[in-house]
Amino acid sequence: MISMSEARKTNEMILEEKLDVRTITMGINIMDCADSNLKTFCNKVYDKITSLAQNLVKTGDEIALDFGIPIVNKRISVTPIAIAASACDCDSYVEIARTLDRAAMEVGINFIGGFSALVQKGITKSDRTLINSVSEALSTTERVCSSINLGSSRSGIDMNAVKLMGSVIKETAYLTRDRDSLGCTKFVVFCNAVEDNPFMAGAFHGPGEGDCAINVGISGPGVVRKALEEKQGADFETLCETVKRTAFKITRAGQLVAKEASKRLGVPFGIIDLSLAPTPVLGDSVAMILQAMGLEYVGAPGTTAALAILNDNVKKGGVMASSFVGGLSGAFIPVSEDYGMIKAVEANALTLEKLEAMTCVCSVGLDMIAIPGDTSESTISGIIADEMAIGMINNKTTAVRIIPVHGKKAGEKVVFGGLLGYAPIMEVNNYDCSAFINRGGRIPPPIHSFKN
Amino acid sequence: MKAIVTVLGKDRVGIMAKVCGYLAEKNVNILDVSQTIIKEYFDMIMIVDVSGLNCSFAEFTTDLDLLGKEIGLMIRAQKEEIFKSMYRV
Repeated sequence: MISMSEARKTNEMILEEKLDVRTITMGINIMDCADSNLKTFCNKVYDKITSLAQNLVKTGDEIALDFGIPIVNKRISVTPIAIAASACDCDSYVEIARTLDRAAMEVGINFIGGFSALVQKGITKSDRTLINSVSEALSTTERVCSSINLGSSRSGIDMNAVKLMGSVIKETAYLTRDRDSLGCTKFVVFCNAVEDNPFMAGAFHGPGEGDCAINVGISGPGVVRKALEEKQGADFETLCETVKRTAFKITRAGQLVAKEASKRLGVPFGIIDLSLAPTPVLGDSVAMILQAMGLEYVGAPGTTAALAILNDNVKKGGVMASSFVGGLSGAFIPVSEDYGMIKAVEANALTLEKLEAMTCVCSVGLDMIAIPGDTSESTISGIIADEMAIGMINNKTTAVRIIPVHGKKAGEKVVFGGLLGYAPIMEVNNYDCSAFINRGGRIPPPIHSFKN
Repeated sequence: MKAIVTVLGKDRVGIMAKVCGYLAEKNVNILDVSQTIIKEYFDMIMIVDVSGLNCSFAEFTTDLDLLGKEIGLMIRAQKEEIFKSMYRV
């Protein structure tokens, strides 16, 4: 029998500490839509998505009502378009992005991921067509998210692609300049991208996946912060135990929702992503968890250690609670989407360099960081190269989602709205790295022994 | 099939009558009740059996939410799995 105190505690988590399921993401394989005719390919993709996902939103809403837990987003990821569309005889994939956008609108979801390419070892003709289409695609669609995998611990880093990314990001920022360069918030580059990530902007349905899967992203930074606030002054063992126990409970709620969604939609359950995903709402912040551990602001000395504790113990608590854990699983540290992060930047406590250090121990990377619009392409590529190197050497996923806000300077503010939040524009080290970036070629993968 | 009904808000005459009346109307059996008054706030949790529910669960939760709004309270109904899954392996 359920105890009254357990029932009260669960509702406290949902109502006061903002526990929710962040996303139910349906991964859809569209490789079987391949066709040399672009229009036929688009029609097949549209039909497959709208038929498989027609009940996604309705089912998500019903589950939320049954269990009384909000399910914030319902989303879709598809096979990387550069793979699925490689048979298409055309020189632009913008039409495919528009098709994805229409399909997303038809089924009532807010984001669809998979306008993607995996180029860690080389760029195919199709990859190049996709990369050349990214900026126009992102500026002429609303719901489409794009990602490029530039490196991996097994293949090294494709520096030709890293160089290209500087110009893609700048062009996207320019084409969406009337909306504070919003297009860049829907574009992310990865090292060691995962194939079953349910979170945007980096979600895609990897080529190793089945035909269709339900992947669920949990959340609940507010719950972890509250639990830690009740343990002020306790030692590190207690700190770690508290994070683990809380992550366990949050993940169990996610597992229940995932199983239920899988059953009701008749689609296999893929994974639970254990990530703590913040929102700009006060109390739903990963940064404030680190503050609850004893930091005045994120960025203070001790921040990297605190984040390492959080990230590792979220995983340790979460893996026991779910039969399949995957995705990015850890703690996200986006700047504009996290109230505590925004405050830390405003207080000059957090710099881009400290964020880079934090990405060595968090679950992803440099995320939702607004930088001055006049930052050069090579500087952006340099920032990306650094982040890719961290991922490649340390066998972890790293990412960069950076927004050079057209026409704005460091210290000014940019508002993206909704879950994307707002951010102060951060200073960038502008010393030149163009001679390094312009070399071209690949960085070989690291040796997997002699690890120090 | 069990569900948990939570009622929270400023105390007033007839809360129990309203809630229990609605549950009876929907053929829902009350299994356990814990109720307390904190200052002037009414706080109640009920474990109920919804196996015989004569409408959909979605309609049941929406109706209770509306009933709560009518009398200035928060009333929630949730299937028991959410509580079980979080505290039992």
